Amino acid sequence: MTTYYSKDHEWIAVEGDIATVGITTYAQEQLGDVVYVELPDAGKTVSQGDEAAVVESVKAASEVYAPIDGEVTEANTVLADEPAKVNEDPEGAAWFIKMKVGNPDQLSELMDEAAYKAYVDTL
Amino acid sequence: MASPEAVEDLKTTPLYDLHGELGAKMVPFAGYSMPVQYKPGIMKEHLHTREKAGLFDVSHMGQAVLVGPDHETTARALEALTPSNFVELGQGRQRYTVLLNEEGGIIDDLMVTRPVSSEEDGRLMLVVNAARKHIDYTHLRAKLPENITLHVIEDRALIAVQGPEAVAAVAAHAPAAADLAFMSAAPMEFDGIACHIARAGYTGEDGVEMSVPGGAAEAIARALLADDRVEAIGLGARDSLRLEAGLCLYGHDIDETTSPTEGAITFCVQKRRREEGGFPGAARIQEELTDGPGRLRVGLRLEGKAPAREGAEICLPGGQPVGTVTSGGFAPTVGAPIAMGYVAASHADPGTKLSLMVRGRELPAVVADMPFVPHRYYRKPKS
Repeated sequence: MTTYYSKDHEWIAVEGDIATVGITTYAQEQLGDVVYVELPDAGKTVSQGDEAAVVESVKAASEVYAPIDGEVTEANTVLADEPAKVNEDPEGAAWFIKMKVGNPDQLSELMDEAAYKAYVDTL
Repeated sequence: MASPEAVEDLKTTPLYDLHGELGAKMVPFAGYSMPVQYKPGIMKEHLHTREKAGLFDVSHMGQAVLVGPDHETTARALEALTPSNFVELGQGRQRYTVLLNEEGGIIDDLMVTRPVSSEEDGRLMLVVNAARKHIDYTHLRAKLPENITLHVIEDRALIAVQGPEAVAAVAAHAPAAADLAFMSAAPMEFDGIACHIARAGYTGEDGVEMSVPGGAAEAIARALLADDRVEAIGLGARDSLRLEAGLCLYGHDIDETTSPTEGAITFCVQKRRREEGGFPGAARIQEELTDGPGRLRVGLRLEGKAPAREGAEICLPGGQPVGTVTSGGFAPTVGAPIAMGYVAASHADPGTKLSLMVRGRELPAVVADMPFVPHRYYRKPKS
């Protein structure tokens, strides 16, 4: 399994042709207390940069963009009842969606953990 | 809530360094760099305020004094610009009011206090919204008669302490605070520092707002924060607390196009003023008081978990638009999303089922009585 990171603070863990996507610890810290997560239905096809999910904190709504092209195969239904999991375990149990990688070339444009960490340090 | 000013142009309050030390996340607000939240986050800060006590830096708000020859003259001058009764406002008493434009729209909402001391007869103290202070001051200076002058206070900070334990925490340093009735105010010493303390606030809880010398603000805040009951609370929780309390945020829930009648704040129009009129927009407001306004600010409880934010369209189930959300978000004490907004008066009755349009979907909601969380203002025991 290889984990990639986007400049929009998503993590993308790829195993075979399936990518699991969530938001990073840095992202949840910036959002604050998450109170609602709106996720796409399985079967939806998204292109890189499309709005794939919405995270609502107490203060504001934030869009989560698809980091790569692909078809959504599963949404994490646990988040519907326990949105606060996004604050507790953003890079684990609180994954947002699983998707079938549509264009593997897009993965090479993403960052690895070291590059993402260096990127966050510049913010 | 962020305003577009460049960060380097932002003003700071006397508590700016303390905010940094406390790990606040600072945001631009009304031209000031202000703490939106501290380390615990909005949810915990909100709940702590309802459970114990929160300390809020509200020094960005405008403090000013109207000075005239005697109380009646100053009160009548302010009555000419507002729908409230100030002539009969008692010494040491505070009142919520609005500055009105000629159409009966709201230029700003503000607190007015008559000093407790007869030596200050002819003065009325004002606290106005940060984002409106320059507009208010210009308006007041243009409209007040020559024998009333406006003195803007620039050297004082304003600290709110709110919550069921707030007054006890303040009274440990300023014992006279415990004797204040709700919506009353008095000068008193806080650890020997001359302050002016009012028993009022913007959370629906008991508490005070303290006007303090700017140079002493940090010492006062530190003394209060040393109390285990008191935590620093940012503007984020201030907003969610006031929303649950059903209180208006100027520029969102009320503005120059809304009348106090539409805004459901007619409690600021006292009986004599309703009858006599004599304030800007009186014809409209008196007519709305008699016949009811065409639209009304209402509370909305959402049935699901997704919040609706400011700007969301309010519709009848099925789609016909009847209004717009003016404030909305997740309510930590309610444990669900709530909102307020304007709807056509025919759909404003509590219990009316409506839909809030969010990202192209209808979120079911119902018109609800406000406040969403009961007010717990202090009521002095009858002696």
